[in-house]
Amino acid sequence: MAAASTRYILICSGKGGVGKTTLTANLGIALAKQGARTAVLDADFGLRNLDLLLGLENRIVYTAQEVLSESCRLEQALVKHKQEPNLALLPAGNPRMLEWLTPDDMQKIAAMLGEHFDYVLIDAPAGIEGGFKNAMAAAREAIVVTTPEVSAVRDADRVIGLLNSEGVKPIQLVLNRVRPKMMANQEMLAVSDVTDILALPLLGLVLEDEQVIVSTNRGEPLTLNGNGSPAAHAYTNVARRLQGEDVPLIDPSKERQGLRAKIGRLMQTKIF
Amino acid sequence: MTLRDVINKLLGRQPASANTAKERLQLVLAHDRSDLNPELLQQMRREILEVVSRYVEIDIEEGDVTLETEDRVTALVANLPIRRAKLPAPSPEASLEAKVGS
Repeated sequence: MAAASTRYILICSGKGGVGKTTLTANLGIALAKQGARTAVLDADFGLRNLDLLLGLENRIVYTAQEVLSESCRLEQALVKHKQEPNLALLPAGNPRMLEWLTPDDMQKIAAMLGEHFDYVLIDAPAGIEGGFKNAMAAAREAIVVTTPEVSAVRDADRVIGLLNSEGVKPIQLVLNRVRPKMMANQEMLAVSDVTDILALPLLGLVLEDEQVIVSTNRGEPLTLNGNGSPAAHAYTNVARRLQGEDVPLIDPSKERQGLRAKIGRLMQTKIF
Repeated sequence: MTLRDVINKLLGRQPASANTAKERLQLVLAHDRSDLNPELLQQMRREILEVVSRYVEIDIEEGDVTLETEDRVTALVANLPIRRAKLPAPSPEASLEAKVGS
């Protein structure tokens, strides 16, 4: 197996709560379902949640820390997903050992994962401090997640600056929690506003979807069971685009049909 | 201006907020990226206006020096309407030195 072709992708946002971990979980499952051997590395060991979203919280015994200190083998620390055996989770550490890992450690563990997997998805912690820099050290490319809100876009911009200075590329954007109705009423930043401001190519566009909360309640990512919800489609399409498939992006303004939507579109045409 | 903006204006309602968000973001990002705080920018603006007004008479009310960002490149943009040139023009060296010395 060729470790050189493994893709090490950082999933980051700067701001917390915009959907990094949800994207990591759904993308991991979607890639695994498409046949790619995928590892998800939870680099947020202070406040780790990826296990919970994947429904694997009761099965963690070891972390990357034990692997690096050679108290266990990598295979023992990897938590394989029952329904989707192509997917494995590795927590970087546990909250009780806050200052243990270094950027070197993260690189080492990522390289070890690279020998067994096609994709290594690294779920970065929020913020731009040590934890984020650790996570960034293990990555070659990045997906920046943001929502169409001023604070999230501003924080994303800081993160993009750091990724650029470390030579991480390509950097692609996932715009999360889009509300088509608010965009139509011009009460939410338009998709093009965000992509213009951040100057990143758009890898995915995820509509606000209540099913995301339902799926986190159950610990079953939306992409797991072929759920037909809009967010499930969006996450699956992100995975397909990552694999090089040419999947057109949805147009939020076309998501709404009927007379009200038509009037909405008329209202936003420029008249002078 | 869109049809919605016109209707909002006629009804005395606040304009839609997306555009405000975009403008505020562009401004704050220009500052974030250049590491120039508003105070320094204000000072630079004053000094630029001072220097330019030594050579030409400018409309200070209409004049504007701002940071603008496009494709992650930040530019300092000065838009200074000129009323007329000042004659005779002072020698550049002399006036610059005067400023540095003061």
